[in-house]
Amino acid sequence: MKNSDYINALTERHGKDVYERLINSEVAIAGLGGLGSNVALALARAGVGKLFLVDFDTVDITNLNRQQYSISDIGKAKTAALYEKIRAVNPIIKIKRRKIKVTEKNAIELFKDYPIVCECFDKAENKAMLINTLLTGNRDITVVSASGMAGYGTGNTILSRKISDRFYICGDMVSGIEKGLGLMAPRVGICAMHQANTVLRLLLGEKEI
Amino acid sequence: MAKINGKENSTAKGKTIGSYLDENGYKKTYIAIEVNGSILSKTEYDSYIINDEDIIEIVNFVGGG
Repeated sequence: MKNSDYINALTERHGKDVYERLINSEVAIAGLGGLGSNVALALARAGVGKLFLVDFDTVDITNLNRQQYSISDIGKAKTAALYEKIRAVNPIIKIKRRKIKVTEKNAIELFKDYPIVCECFDKAENKAMLINTLLTGNRDITVVSASGMAGYGTGNTILSRKISDRFYICGDMVSGIEKGLGLMAPRVGICAMHQANTVLRLLLGEKEI
Repeated sequence: MAKINGKENSTAKGKTIGSYLDENGYKKTYIAIEVNGSILSKTEYDSYIINDEDIIEIVNFVGGG
């Protein structure tokens, strides 16, 4: 497949205006687990021009139930494994990746070039840390976060919410692993697609939910 | 009356955010707070006093991803 064929196909599907806006946009994804791996692939398929993938972890057998990795990826860095997955569906996307643990100390510097950051961590304290650090430390960043997607309850309670102009959150807000609920592909996927759709809407100028 | 997470609250006025969080069982490491559209730094939790007109959103994160 030639790159020009791919570009023509995307343009035909999305229209030139949407294609142009997405190809010229950049999104950072913090955490490449059940949320992040799904968000990244959805945005790549939609034609976002550049993704920044951040995760310190390697692919584990326990990830296969909900994350976009394969058996052959076990042991690889998530940044490297996801890079290959994205490349396999989008030949023109630019991908930057960092295998690093995001902390209060490095978050501002790490994400300073990205207007939209997707918070895709799994631990509640890490989610709160990233939101607090980015929204107090950088006036230009908008964060699309997630909270509450564990278990196999109805998918209809998972929503996108706008907390402020720079803070969006997806999920049902209550179904956490603390309640003993397991994480399963469907609800994690629904939540990830809410995040990806919220990002897409922001990139295309739609600020309301 | 201050509005907290969408509901009018008649007793919060005059309290610090920190004491409101303690009284309501919030764990400070799991939350982010917006006051009137901007995030409140954790260092301000114990000094920020809730005003009558404040619109406050306390986001309580749960684990999973």
